[in-house]
Formats: sequence, C-alpha cells, structure tokens
Amino acid sequence: MHAAIVVFPGSNREADVARALRLSGAKVSMVWHADTALPAGTDLAVLPGGFSYGDYLRCGAIAGRAAAMDAVRAHAARGGLVLGICNGFQILCESGLLPGVLMRNVDRRFICHRQTLRVERTDTRFARAYTAGQVIDVCVAHGEGNYFADPDTIARIEGEGRVAFRYCDEAGQTTIAANRNGSLNSIAGIYSEKANVLGMMPHPENFVEGLIGGTDGRGLFESLAA
Amino acid sequence: MKARITVTLKTGVLDPQGKAIEAALKSLGIAGIEGVRQGKVFDLEVAAADSASAQETLKAACEKLLANTVVENYAIEIA
Repeated sequence: MHAAIVVFPGSNREADVARALRLSGAKVSMVWHADTALPAGTDLAVLPGGFSYGDYLRCGAIAGRAAAMDAVRAHAARGGLVLGICNGFQILCESGLLPGVLMRNVDRRFICHRQTLRVERTDTRFARAYTAGQVIDVCVAHGEGNYFADPDTIARIEGEGRVAFRYCDEAGQTTIAANRNGSLNSIAGIYSEKANVLGMMPHPENFVEGLIGGTDGRGLFESLAA
Repeated sequence: MKARITVTLKTGVLDPQGKAIEAALKSLGIAGIEGVRQGKVFDLEVAAADSASAQETLKAACEKLLANTVVENYAIEIA
C-alpha cells in the first residue's frame, strides 16, 4: 500500500495520519498542494485534517480547487482510493468528489471530544477489518462538521448504502445527544458511488495506539493496508 | 468595472450564525427583528469590454468558487 498525503497550507494532521498508515504497514509520501501529480504507484491519496487556507471563504473551498486536487480527482476516476479526514472531508465535498457540504455545527461551538461511531458497512476497502454494526471509539475535533445535503441527495446516499459511519451512543443508537454537530441522519462519513472515496469528520488516526487512549481507529488503516 | 457579488444561504438551510446574531440583537434591546440570515459580500474589479462579458466572468467566479451552490445562492450587481 503506497499512500500519498496531500499537504495544504494550514493542514496540521498529516504527521498523525502518516504515523497511523505506517503502523499498519503502508509506505507514505507527502505531496504538496501545488504539485500536479501523485507519486507513481500511489494506491491511496489522503487529505488530512487541519485548517487549509485558514478556512477562508468556506472550509475546504480553496483547497478543493488546488492543483493537486486535479491529480486526486483523476486518481479517483481511475478507481484509486481517496480518504479525507475532517478538513479532508470538507475538501472532498468542496471539490465535487463527494456530495453535500459540512456546515457550521448546530450549536456554533467547536467540538473536541471522544465520539462513538457505528460502522455501517464492512464490504469496503476502508472498513473490512471492522464487523457490521460495530461501535468504535474515536475522536472528533471540528467547528464545521454538520453534514447537509438536499433531500434528494440524502435519499440517494441512503438508498445506495453510502453512509460509512454514523454518530451513535455507546450502545450503537443514533440519538440526538450523540449527534452533537447536527448532521443529517447522524452522518459522520460517506462513500462515493463506487466506495473508493471516503470522507469522514472523526479522526481515526488519533486512536491507533493504546498509549494514547484507544486503538479503535486502527481498523481503518489495517483495512487499507491489508 | 466594479461589481458586487452577494452570497446568501438558500431558504431552509440552517444558519446558526444568523440565529446567534438575532439573539444578540434581542439582548441589546433592539426590538422588532424577526429573523437574521448571514451572508457574504464580494467587491470585485472586472476588466471586461461590456457588462455582458463581465456578467459571464462573474457567473463563472460564483459557480466555481465564491458560492457553494449546494447551500448558497448568489446575486451579481454590475455598477
């Protein structure tokens, strides 16, 4: 597994996701946002968390139109894997690779806490190390994670089974209390039509080592590297 | 020529910032405001032969970057 992490001005989680990928056996290289190509042999393009371009205009709006994103779009069109975490998810929505948009959290606060998620699908390259309906303990840290799309788009995403993860309580129930940013249908992450692109607000890379407090994020990187 | 682009949230899209501003206005004792929706204004200088070609340039700017048409509307005024 060769992973290329695209670094934008203002990205700040690239080292963490690189560490998580390497722990699972992936080879990792960094790509600058102005580069026009991904390294030869790239299997997975990663858009890391952070505050690209200081969240100017809209979160992910300027990064979504960066030169490297043309290479990421071409990679995705060839069936290549793309993972966007947090700001990376916002960039995927802004770039047109995933539908919808991440709006300001419903309570207007930046939220930063441990979060349980329900794994909705395990037949993908991103989640095959998990079990169906498994509740995983990861982290969220964002001000704009409130997933929104028009009703037709939501119906299409749900109808096609493209929800990857939902915010839930410890028992796996998608309660209002567990959905703190106000996302429609408690959506925490979605796949593209062919499930080769995944965008998610939570940070699986935070929890890959017991020393740090949890290992439930490891399944995602192990799924990819396997 | 000078142009102004106004980007606003579509009807029905939740605007937590607008709600916060509305509450702040109430707390200042400014009565009679029944709703606030926050938007963005861009003032642009356009080099164009006529307003039709400026319109075309500005429309592309809105569609490609300035507005996210999933949740936002835009209006173009050319001075």
